[in-house]
Amino acid sequence: MVTHSLPGSEDITRVELPNGIVVLARENFFSQSVAVQGFIRSGSLYDPPEKLGLSGLTASLMMRGTQNRGFDQLFEAQESVGARLAINSGTHLTSLSGYCLAEDLLGQLGLLAEMLREPLFDPIEMEKLRKQFLTGLDLRANDTGAIAELNFDALIYGSHPYARPDEGYPETIKSITREDVLEHHRTIFGPEGMALCVVGAVKSNQAVEWINQTFGDWKNPDQRKEIQISDAIPPEKPQRKHVTLPGKIQTDLIMGVMAMKRDDPDYIPAQLANSILGEFGMMGRIGMEVREKSGLAYYAASGLGASIAQGTWDFNARVNPENLEKTIALINQVIRDFLKEGVQQEDLRDNQDAFIGRLPLGLESNRGVAKAVLDLERKKRGFDYYYNFADMVRAITPERVTEVARKYLTTPNHVISSCGPRLKKKGK
Amino acid sequence: MKRTDFEDRVEAELDNGLKVLIKPIPTAPIISHWVWYRVGSRDEAPGKTGLSHWVEHMQFKGTPNYSAEEMEREVARKGGFWNAFTFFDWTTYYATLPSAEIDGLMHFEADRMRNTAYPPDEVESEREVILSELEGSENDPTFRLSRKVQEALIKIHPYHHEVIGTREDLRSLSYHDLLEHYHHYYRPSNAVLTIAGDLNPNEMLDKVADLYANIPDNKEPHLPITRTFPLDPPNQGEQVFEIDGPGDTVFVEISYPTLPAAHPDTYALIIFDSLLSGPTNMNMFGGGSVSNKTSRLFKALIDSGLAMGAGGGSPITIDPYLYTFNLTLRPEQSISAAIQALDEQIERLQTETVPEDQIARAIKQAKAIFAYGTENITNQAFWLGHAEMFSNYTWFQSYINNLEKVTPQDLIRIARQCFIKQHRAVGIYHPNGEHAEESW
Repeated sequence: MVTHSLPGSEDITRVELPNGIVVLARENFFSQSVAVQGFIRSGSLYDPPEKLGLSGLTASLMMRGTQNRGFDQLFEAQESVGARLAINSGTHLTSLSGYCLAEDLLGQLGLLAEMLREPLFDPIEMEKLRKQFLTGLDLRANDTGAIAELNFDALIYGSHPYARPDEGYPETIKSITREDVLEHHRTIFGPEGMALCVVGAVKSNQAVEWINQTFGDWKNPDQRKEIQISDAIPPEKPQRKHVTLPGKIQTDLIMGVMAMKRDDPDYIPAQLANSILGEFGMMGRIGMEVREKSGLAYYAASGLGASIAQGTWDFNARVNPENLEKTIALINQVIRDFLKEGVQQEDLRDNQDAFIGRLPLGLESNRGVAKAVLDLERKKRGFDYYYNFADMVRAITPERVTEVARKYLTTPNHVISSCGPRLKKKGK
Repeated sequence: MKRTDFEDRVEAELDNGLKVLIKPIPTAPIISHWVWYRVGSRDEAPGKTGLSHWVEHMQFKGTPNYSAEEMEREVARKGGFWNAFTFFDWTTYYATLPSAEIDGLMHFEADRMRNTAYPPDEVESEREVILSELEGSENDPTFRLSRKVQEALIKIHPYHHEVIGTREDLRSLSYHDLLEHYHHYYRPSNAVLTIAGDLNPNEMLDKVADLYANIPDNKEPHLPITRTFPLDPPNQGEQVFEIDGPGDTVFVEISYPTLPAAHPDTYALIIFDSLLSGPTNMNMFGGGSVSNKTSRLFKALIDSGLAMGAGGGSPITIDPYLYTFNLTLRPEQSISAAIQALDEQIERLQTETVPEDQIARAIKQAKAIFAYGTENITNQAFWLGHAEMFSNYTWFQSYINNLEKVTPQDLIRIARQCFIKQHRAVGIYHPNGEHAEESW
């Protein structure tokens, strides 16, 4: 009875404008709303180390005034119609997102174009924003999970750019000048490498026309070429760090190893292994042992990240400090048993079914579909990817998953980072 | 069984008292399934706090017919997601799955209405899990601040305590307490089943009847469920609390007793909230929120440099709870100046007539948020049941129409009625300057 299907080459419109912007569109008239998702080639990777956070500050400042509209006018134009636009910097890219009623789409695209092309970078707004960023960093410095993660990344990545937090440090945020922001915008922002996807109650050709109308004449001859990131090198020896945060009750733990790039053939088998270990059902085998059987933590799970360069495969939990060493030992034991026994056919089938079954669940909303379509463009997967996804996942064998898990998880050079109240004694 | 067909849904009540709402939505090949029980932390006596939330955890431990692992696998391998929430007024269990895969979930969801196993060893290990959950919340200074303010303003009504319960009670609750709570509240006449998505309502209702019609409502002699509690009289003077802890950030929380959700003036309060603090997104899943950069609070506190963050709102509750403002300040910013600026904005709404176009703007914002929420099937199934917990589904359907009836005079009236300084409590978290230090 459903007329809807997975997004793919049959219903995605893709048009490349002469200035390089890729426009994607998919229609859905079941609701009156429209979602916009996109990206532009700016991120913390382009920040000088002593100005880390520049890309983030620039992105946020763009939302605070353009040559034609001040802060109030800009937000009045969004909030008065219940719309929302956002520009957020990541590591490689800056994401563009928005939603509104279909009747307001052209106006909101025009606003987004103004923000990106003609930002004001008002010095007063910049100082307000700097204070907000510094407050955010204060909150980060008081968050056990954030500190554990910060140190985990620093230990595992060493001198690689992924060791640095996108949002920077207090001293780097303080050092950024308006000239830095202007220069970042002048040399980094431009149509080359940009994509916008519109999903919702608007005809695809209309969406393309409106984006062409608002962005089609944008040019930036000074736009810098894409940075090619180097491979990350795994640590040469095991590393461990604990940071004491007075006044806290629980300890956040992150332990893990370096993983693979997202285009590595190992990635999907590793995702399946990770699902069995720390995701499936109530946080997989890790959740079963640490939470369900031992009652050591409210949550204990694993995660596999992969990007253009190598991501990490990590195991994390929040525990009472007295249970920290016990939890580390238990997680290690679960991993060891998993690697020794290898992946069983039944376990793999359950997890393959889960991967295939959950695909439509991420596509409930226009925003979910827009993100999924944009992801195909960003990762250059081709528009038949979701059509072929089930076959691709089913083709993976237990032997392959076991092989990949052993390849990454048997290294002795793992990293353990924790943050919480003072520990009575040093762990091993 | 009593059945009523509406344009967009079917409602039915089985002979054992189970209420069922089914809504077909053909936008994606999925179904979202929710079972709601009229039990929450409000139904816990002093000394027994945390029971409802703990029972929720135990509901995932399996029944004689389905082990915990079988239940987990049934949902997970179909690619579905499931979870549960316990609130003051209700507990709900939800799952969203591909539409062809819903049957297995429906079978064990019906089974665990009466048949959850309570293995004593699992009760004990879950005690540790919940204590760990509580400790995790206590890592956050705003949790401790909220708890203080809540306890100060609500002394008699069971909204006094946090849903998770107190540490002392969690240590002393027994196996018997949990079992008694479960058997008392988990029964068809105290539940509402809501299902939305890619379905045929007739076929779905048949399935529901097959699974639930034979579950007796009176398996054991039941005490009647009483959910009426005495309300707290308002404070007769402002209360101020201060706590301290690590960090460099000041948090201020200011709470006022407010209206029950089903009160006719709730719509005026929603417009008041939109004007003062920015529009609230009441959708639980999906649905976009609108920023609050043009709200009066943002302009008076953040734009002016008096605070770094400011917001406000109140949860939807059966009985009167709290409308709470949250302010975030840097240590060099004046707490009293920030509170004064907030007070001035409240006073403006108590004395000045709000122009009609500002009300129309707030309604347009609410319409947009409403439209975003309708994109999402899980969110639609949520609203089918959530509205029943404090009113009924027509509350949700008539929401926009009722907002459109709010007048400038209504706003002045509720601003005066709900925001009385003597009735409020103010909690302040002072950072003590302690910072992280590398241990090893």
